[in-house]
Amino acid sequence: MLLNEFLILAAFLFCTGVYGVLARKHAVLVLMSVELMLAGVNLNLVAFGAFHNNPIGQVFALFVLTIAAAEVGIGLAIVLLIYRNLHSADLDDVDTLKG
Amino acid sequence: MFFLDQAWLVPLIPALSFVVILLFGKRMPRHGSEVGVVSVGASFVLACGAVVRWIMRVQDAKGGSALGALGRSIGRLGADNAEAPVLPVLHHVTWFQNGGVRLTAGIQIDGLAVVMMFVVTLVSLLVHVYSLEYMRGDSRFTYFYAMLSLFTASMLLLVVADNTLELLVGWELVGMCSFVLIGHWWEEKPNSDAALKAFLTTRTGDIGLLTGVIMTFFIVQRATGVGSFNIVALNSAVTNPNAKVGHTLILWCAAALMLAIVGKSGQFPLHTWLPDAMAGPTPVSALIHAATMVVAGVYLGARVYPVFYKGFSIADGGVNPMAAIGGITVIIGALLAFVQDDIKKVLAYSTISQLGYMVMALGVGAWTAAVFHLFTHAFFKADLFLGAGSVSHSGSHHSFDMKTDMGGLKKYMPQTYKTFVIGSLALAGIFPLAGFWSKDEILVNAGHNDYKLFLVIGLVGAFMTAAYMTRVVYLTFHGEYRGAHEPHAIPHVDEAEHDPIDTAASVEHDAEVHSPHESNRLLTGPLWVLSFFAVFAGFLNFPHFDKFEKWFQPRFPAGFAEILHPVAFNPILATVSVLVAGSGIGIAWAYYQGKLPQGLSERNALAHAGKRFLVNKYYLDFLYERVIVAGIKGPIAAGVYWFNQNVIDNVLNYTGRGAQALGRVTYDYVDQKGVDGLVNGLATLTGDSGGEVRKIQTGRLQFYALVLVVAVVVFAGVLWIAT
Repeated sequence: MLLNEFLILAAFLFCTGVYGVLARKHAVLVLMSVELMLAGVNLNLVAFGAFHNNPIGQVFALFVLTIAAAEVGIGLAIVLLIYRNLHSADLDDVDTLKG
Repeated sequence: MFFLDQAWLVPLIPALSFVVILLFGKRMPRHGSEVGVVSVGASFVLACGAVVRWIMRVQDAKGGSALGALGRSIGRLGADNAEAPVLPVLHHVTWFQNGGVRLTAGIQIDGLAVVMMFVVTLVSLLVHVYSLEYMRGDSRFTYFYAMLSLFTASMLLLVVADNTLELLVGWELVGMCSFVLIGHWWEEKPNSDAALKAFLTTRTGDIGLLTGVIMTFFIVQRATGVGSFNIVALNSAVTNPNAKVGHTLILWCAAALMLAIVGKSGQFPLHTWLPDAMAGPTPVSALIHAATMVVAGVYLGARVYPVFYKGFSIADGGVNPMAAIGGITVIIGALLAFVQDDIKKVLAYSTISQLGYMVMALGVGAWTAAVFHLFTHAFFKADLFLGAGSVSHSGSHHSFDMKTDMGGLKKYMPQTYKTFVIGSLALAGIFPLAGFWSKDEILVNAGHNDYKLFLVIGLVGAFMTAAYMTRVVYLTFHGEYRGAHEPHAIPHVDEAEHDPIDTAASVEHDAEVHSPHESNRLLTGPLWVLSFFAVFAGFLNFPHFDKFEKWFQPRFPAGFAEILHPVAFNPILATVSVLVAGSGIGIAWAYYQGKLPQGLSERNALAHAGKRFLVNKYYLDFLYERVIVAGIKGPIAAGVYWFNQNVIDNVLNYTGRGAQALGRVTYDYVDQKGVDGLVNGLATLTGDSGGEVRKIQTGRLQFYALVLVVAVVVFAGVLWIAT
């Protein structure tokens, strides 16, 4: 089985996600990038599970999906509240914790 | 042998009574007096038991019992006569231990101790009973009884002590009680002055006791290698010819203890406190200043007699300090008794004189005679004092002045009169009363031991004793009543000096009775008991009966006790002494009846000067107060003032200034620069570092995420390199 290809694809997805999280200004895009990172991680889990012929990899992936769904739900709710208060979803405007 | 082994109970019971009276006395129905009477009564019973037990012990030793046989076999080592030495009962417990020296507290019960226990508890019991009436209504009644109990306990502790240190404790305690009781009516200045004088004068002697007691420790150490205050060990150390104890050490010890005797037993020249001590209540005078505390010195002399015997080389016929001081005291005390108008002061000087007899007896080697005289004197002198108290209580409106407030009381107070006359005759040494036997024994022993001078002094003293007692009896009970029948007529100036009775009690008493009358039974009862002993106590040493001598002879180590064996009765000397005393009475009686030329001191310049010398008490008080005390007080006060002004003040001033300067330096450099600088520096550092660090707190989410990612990458790189 070709593991390396899956891992390279997963690393590419993850790095894309990291870039999105760090570089994007809009909060919704940042959340989406987080999803990309999670997709990369899931791909890794499934790939290793298949490689070792072990279903636990898929079980973990399912758990990650479930929790990601919950996370996105909460994240979108926070974004919504930020937008209502600041009339902007730009993360650069969210700096009230500045020291 | 319960009564001998458990003799420590005798002092313990009054000691407990003291605590109980002090704590609960005021709330009791009789204000604590019942506790005092009962406890001293219990002590008296125990003391009587001890006397009986001791006599049985002596008799057993003489009989054929197993104990006696054992004692005899031991006794043969030292003595050739068949009488076995009866050993004292000794018990002790460890008091405290210090530096390898074990100090003990214990009892030494022998003939001397049981005699003293009997005398102390009997007189104390009678005084307790007497005071019920005499002190009735006194504002410090409860306190008075508490102190009487404490005194009794202390005196008994002194008596049963088996070591000199314990004896010292008892000695100081009785001195303290004496001080407190003399000053019982301290509201009046003369009374508190008298208390202070008594205390300080006896303290002068107590310096001698303290040094003497310390020396006893080293005498025993020289002899046995182990120091001890034990009296038995001391006596054997001194008497043992093989012990390496230098004569000088014993002489110094004897001299120091002699100073203690002089102070406590009112010997010349420290006798001046005793007449002043009469400022205390009369029962106190009878108990403390006639029968018990003042004989503590004689008791000490008898207790450690070998120290004096060896130290002063007694019984070689030469004059020694002990006999000399005793002899002088006999004469000067008796002389002063003639010029006193205060009945209690006459009795006080008489006590001084009689104490002189006892010390003189010890000084001439008559141990048994001294103790016997102590024994009989306690009864008739306490009788006389209580009699004087009865007179002042019921006959003279609380005055003690014979010339202004007494006279002719015979018909008003027959009981008091009879007992007083019995006491006086006993004191004068008239056959066959107690004083005759004991005084005669002193004289016959003095003559036998080649002390002819002191035999003569004794006879002169006997003559004077008889004469001044006749004077007292005549002035008090015969002639016309000179006192005021109405209490309001009493000259109050006089009363302030002579009558220390609490004013409230005095008024209450006078309101009831306006003329002289007989005292009630609480007063006359003790008088009759003491009169009984004043008559019969002397028969204990009736010639060829000699029970006192046999039962209570000295219990010193073998080889020494035999030296002190008293000599037999001498009928010729006895006749002479009775004739001397009788002539004293006769001459004094004739003088006061007006049959002898009167007013000698007014016509003859020499006699006048002599009388003035006596009235001023040999100027001894003047010497002590004006010359010695003032001479020491003045320069000391000036010196102390100079020291205060120049040394202490300067020290204080410079210390103050130095402290101020030091404070300023501390403020400027330590506090401001050091402590404050440190605190401020820390705060500044914290603030500055906070200012720097806050710059990286941007508050921007993506910056934090960047830092996170970079950190992960770095750690991952490190991990990769490491593996």
